[in-house]
Amino acid sequence: MDFDLIFRVYPYFLQAALVTIQLAVYSTALGLICGALGAAARLSRSKALRFVGAAYVSVFRGTPALIQLFILYFGGPQIGIQLDAFEAGVIGLGVNIGAYMTETMRGAIISVDAGQNEASRTLGMSRWQTMNKVILPQAFRLMIRPLGVNINAQIKGTALVAAISVVELTYTAQRYIGSTYKPFEMFFLAGIIYMAIIYVTGLGISWLDRRAAIR
Amino acid sequence: MTAKPFVDIRHAAKSYGTLEVLKDINLQVQKGQIVAIIGPSGSGKSTLLRAINDLDPLTSGEIWLEDKQVNKSLPPRQYEKHINQVRQEIGMVFQHFNLFPHLTVHGNITLAPKMLKGISDKEADDLAKDQLARVGLLDRIDYYPSQLSGGQKQRVAIARALAMAPKVMLFDEATSALDPELVEEVNLVMKKLAEEHMTMIIVTHEMGFAQDVCDRVLFMDQGIVVEEGPPEKIFRNPENERTQNFLRKHLQSQK
Repeated sequence: MDFDLIFRVYPYFLQAALVTIQLAVYSTALGLICGALGAAARLSRSKALRFVGAAYVSVFRGTPALIQLFILYFGGPQIGIQLDAFEAGVIGLGVNIGAYMTETMRGAIISVDAGQNEASRTLGMSRWQTMNKVILPQAFRLMIRPLGVNINAQIKGTALVAAISVVELTYTAQRYIGSTYKPFEMFFLAGIIYMAIIYVTGLGISWLDRRAAIR
Repeated sequence: MTAKPFVDIRHAAKSYGTLEVLKDINLQVQKGQIVAIIGPSGSGKSTLLRAINDLDPLTSGEIWLEDKQVNKSLPPRQYEKHINQVRQEIGMVFQHFNLFPHLTVHGNITLAPKMLKGISDKEADDLAKDQLARVGLLDRIDYYPSQLSGGQKQRVAIARALAMAPKVMLFDEATSALDPELVEEVNLVMKKLAEEHMTMIIVTHEMGFAQDVCDRVLFMDQGIVVEEGPPEKIFRNPENERTQNFLRKHLQSQK
């Protein structure tokens, strides 16, 4: 293993890691929004909305994220959607993880004990009040861990956008391999940095989960 | 001879597909009356109770509270509004308490009154204290449900229901999930309510309690009211064979 090389190139990798982190943060934010909307649609009383939610989930979970990115980035211009690679990466990854987050959030909401709903409705609270004040506060706590799993997947998923030439960590590693012919060192370094990002994120999730724990 | 009934159940029927769980049930409860519904599991007694506040809607029949029909037929949006209003007047206590685990005892009691009656924080505080004093748990006001025993949880659940100042209280096997030594404290609270002339409809497995506290007892089996009357008659001289069998079995199992 060529450690000298690693020490020489790591600052560039760290810079690329910033792009990876940005991709992850923005696309996760978008994913959370899509997930919340998707879950609301799937749990709606309207049949049409339920259908839209279910269709969203099955399309975006049922096709490879890479294909979704390609359609958006390469196919987009054909139908009048012009995005730069980073934008396409954020939107593509965000909408994709949103489908998984839809199911995570829906699952958390429906796993709140049915008795909670009954007790609230019996007191005269409306559906909306019950959702807001009783169901969601409990569901949030239940969804922190599984959302953490989604976010973990999303951080690793950002590597896909190397394929549409966003200069993030994986793309940077590939570029340096081109000039150094040292794939082992370069991918190893990239892997270590991914791991560090995921480790820190994991600590954050655990902290949130502990803080929100139901007494 | 009798006053207009306070709670009036007329020709209540409910079926799931071909399975009839309630068959043409009529029940009139006067103001201040305490009615116990007993019967084997699957007899429809909980379903009947849960139909009173439309938690389990009837297939046909009418439920009236004073001069208001609970299960009025209205377009969905209007019905939502209507039922949320009516439910404020019908307190309900569940077998599994269903306290809100993310709120303190204070929060559990004041959540609905604050939202629905627009009372101030100060009024809510007083309300919580009053209701907790009523069930003897004033010192637990800042506890979370998980820090309470089963009996205490149920007493808080009763206080939560009472905080809405309901006209009638429904108890759905309120003591069935409790350890035997915790049953008494809940029974005492219910007895106190009885002394305050709260109108109550109680689904219970506790024949002793029904006998002590209730004005009337209904024995239900297979979706019908098989026999009803004052507790002395139902428990001492049941006429119907099914009632006799049920009570015999029940007494044996309690020995």
